Amino acid sequence: MPNDLSAKKLFFGKVTGVEKKDDAFWKKLYKQSEERISSLEKEVPFYQEEPVKVLEEDGYTRRDFMKWVSATTAMLMLPGFFEPLVARTIQVLNRVPVIWINLQDCAGNSEALLRADGPTVDELILDIITLEFHELLMTASGEHAERQLEDAMTTFKGEYLLFVEGSIPTAANGIYGTIGTSGETYVDHLKRLAADAKAVVAVGTCATFGGVPAAAPNPTGATGVMSLVQNKPVVNIPACPANPANMLGVILLYAMTGELPELDGLLRPKFAFGQRIHDACERRVHFDAGEYVEEWGDAAAQAGHCLYKMGCKGPMTFNNCPTVKYNRGTSWPVAAGHGCIGCSEPGFFDKFDRFEAPTPYNPSYNPASDFQIAAGLGLATAASALANSTPTQEEDHGN
Amino acid sequence: MATKHMVIDPITRIEGHMRIEAIVEETTGEVQDVYCSSTMFRGIETILKGRDPRDCGLMAMRICGVCTVTHYQRSIEAVENAFNLTLPTNARLIRNIIQGTLFMHDHLVHYYHLHSLDWVDIISALDADPQKAATEAAKWAQVAGETPWASDTQTFADMKDRLQKFVAKGRLGIFGSGYWGNRSYKLTPEQNLVAITHYFQALDIQRDLGQMMAIFGGKDPHPQSLVVGGITSIVDAKDPQKRQLFKELALRVRSFIKGAYMPDMYMLSAMYGEEMKAGAGAGLKSFLVYGGFPLNDGPIYNATMLFPGGIVKNGDLTNVIDFDPALVTEDVTHAWYGAPAPEHPYEGTTTPQYTDFKERINGVAYLDTDNKYSWIKAPLYDDTRVEVGPLARMIVGYARGDARIKGYVDNFLTRAGITVNDLYSSVGRTVGRALESELMADILTDWVDELGTNIDAGDVTSWTQFDFATASQNAQGYGIEEAPRGSLGHWVRIENGKVANYQAVVPSTWNAGPRDHKGRLGAYEAALKGLKLSNINEPLEILRAVHSFDPCIACAVHVIDTKGKRLAEYKINPVCAV
Repeated sequence: MPNDLSAKKLFFGKVTGVEKKDDAFWKKLYKQSEERISSLEKEVPFYQEEPVKVLEEDGYTRRDFMKWVSATTAMLMLPGFFEPLVARTIQVLNRVPVIWINLQDCAGNSEALLRADGPTVDELILDIITLEFHELLMTASGEHAERQLEDAMTTFKGEYLLFVEGSIPTAANGIYGTIGTSGETYVDHLKRLAADAKAVVAVGTCATFGGVPAAAPNPTGATGVMSLVQNKPVVNIPACPANPANMLGVILLYAMTGELPELDGLLRPKFAFGQRIHDACERRVHFDAGEYVEEWGDAAAQAGHCLYKMGCKGPMTFNNCPTVKYNRGTSWPVAAGHGCIGCSEPGFFDKFDRFEAPTPYNPSYNPASDFQIAAGLGLATAASALANSTPTQEEDHGN
Repeated sequence: MATKHMVIDPITRIEGHMRIEAIVEETTGEVQDVYCSSTMFRGIETILKGRDPRDCGLMAMRICGVCTVTHYQRSIEAVENAFNLTLPTNARLIRNIIQGTLFMHDHLVHYYHLHSLDWVDIISALDADPQKAATEAAKWAQVAGETPWASDTQTFADMKDRLQKFVAKGRLGIFGSGYWGNRSYKLTPEQNLVAITHYFQALDIQRDLGQMMAIFGGKDPHPQSLVVGGITSIVDAKDPQKRQLFKELALRVRSFIKGAYMPDMYMLSAMYGEEMKAGAGAGLKSFLVYGGFPLNDGPIYNATMLFPGGIVKNGDLTNVIDFDPALVTEDVTHAWYGAPAPEHPYEGTTTPQYTDFKERINGVAYLDTDNKYSWIKAPLYDDTRVEVGPLARMIVGYARGDARIKGYVDNFLTRAGITVNDLYSSVGRTVGRALESELMADILTDWVDELGTNIDAGDVTSWTQFDFATASQNAQGYGIEEAPRGSLGHWVRIENGKVANYQAVVPSTWNAGPRDHKGRLGAYEAALKGLKLSNINEPLEILRAVHSFDPCIACAVHVIDTKGKRLAEYKINPVCAV
């Protein structure tokens, strides 16, 4: 283990959490949400089917539903008395049209969405949200697909949430990605679709921070959504892939409050990214006791001890993996005996010298690039207008 | 004869980004010429250079979010091959279990959610009589010799009710602008209702498979429990309750595959029998399999494989050629890369050489098909264009006389009343994938039992120790096996502990590649050429054929690699006879 691992270097970044709010704040939000839901309830639904009925047809009981509502309310870090509102929100969720585009992607986030399940209601995401356009799942191709897109954009102008999966190649005038019969570059495609969106939700580490394609030497000049989309609220849901529970959480909060969730300095929802993985880790007790896996397959690995010495990036990574987990809450990487690789952090391919060794930083990685990633934050102003939050430069990268 | 130049972009219901241009004869609807192009590029191999070889798997996995664990495993196997490591039994079994689960997940989602709507007309299902649909479901299950997954009238009545409300709202969402009513849809309303019911039920079943992956993989997509030398999820493997949960989920999935997926295949083969007989979408009829899923311990490439490797050319089942990795090359004549310089195989990198569309007329861009027109290269095996994938695995296994594979194939042929030649078609490709799912569903629980027996006997080894500093001075190796979509190989060269060169030749590169230096068509192009469209404004038949390959373009285009591309240069391990 290298000697230069000072605690200061390891535990960089401040825990933003979700700040404690006073009663007046929650009362105001409750009232606002109630009004919003009531107005949505009066609208003609895009779907005639009421989601709760769909659930019942699929064999879910009222009790299952309330259990989900309770878990989701907690995940979103709302006080318990919001539960009835969350339950009502599910009924109006299908009033929020979603257009989902795939750019320089691997389809991992689409696949994650398909497997969305954590809370049982997510399993019906195709029934519950109004998914107007999704290249992976939609029937039509070519001009018919384009027509579908145009139609959704016109019908829901200014109303739809634009979900973006994949980074955007900007080198050589954007030629590394084109789409549609016109051969439009991804840069132009994104800007055109963002212009009429209510807000843009970047899903996965590629769409948020450039991710894999942006790793050194970044052959295609790949970048994330927020460095291209101006004057439009942007929400970042990083991780590779993003947890579908967090995707649904953003839609749900938007449907309920009419606003985007409270965001941190990197435009991530605080309900999901307010805490270090390390702080909620199920193996934390072994860290505290100094019980470490020293080699794959050793006695400590057999006993499920701390993976810090095997390179776990949990102390430097903000995400809710340990509490929400994946695939019906079945597991997550640390539970499967592998350290966290920090996949929801900006520059995660370059920032850490090795995934499987405890080196906090690649000496050649410039932490300032995290700030550069967040720097186009003229757009944060737009986000704050909608989110009522005040993004600040909260990340302190151990300087 | 007037022709129409069709531009289909984006091709949806695939992974990644793809464009097809077809020259269609207007009166007959015949596809006279066709070009497949990938329109997205990332450059992941370049990114891997200079990194620690033990990190490669976690990065290479991100080539694709669908075959995710395949890239992860192949990359790790390439490094293990370079270091001459053999795996403990537990690691081999857990990798097979995770990989097998991926195969089933991939195939199920592919057929129902990415492909079935090319054969199934949702709107027609509105005219179905639910009671007759129940009878229909039972009928095809009987043909399959299985218990139907669902054959009660209520299930189909509920589905029809849901569809009616969905359609009545006037917005079809992801089903909007489909080719509903096209006359090449041949299923009856009842059959359509059965199939669409299975579409929705499969959404639930595929989540079971995701959960199964997570049990030993940590999460899915992008699991995280494999390392160079073994696996990390030994705590989970030792837990009998985890193994039991896995088996329970696997048995439910198996019931669905046997009681819904297979009956649907018999229904498809009967209703689209004409297309099968005519060989619509047959394409090259030359197949390549690297081989995959080692069934015994020891050096991986010496093991008996669940899917034996080999090459079958021109549909000739009497002659199976052994696979020799030395004979794999790639051609960039029509791909957006600089020309290779064979004299220096590993020196320097090929720079992307984008030549843009040929022209733009009335807002439509057209590929420069005489020159370069795709980000995918054209791989060749011994100067032959070949197809890879589940059908290739079934055909090569069949030709090899592999008892297990032959059993599943013959059973299907007999019950469906068709011949092996009928499998050379789009429907056949789809059937091949289902047969493989059935085979995997049967063997997966055996592997879990084998794992349990081994662990209960006291073997909890999960990792093979090695001295990285010594091993990584100068080494090279490959991980070549099978992915759901076909043969997938990673090649790595390591110097002074870092990756000196990295390349991957993946299924969709084989299948989706453009023309080669001799002007020969790639597998997709060959399958599409000659198809007849029933409506020249709707590319339904084209989608049917191209989807039957399960395109994964995200995989196919990740490449910037060294000049030359003679993968033969990597032949470092004489024991490999895959």
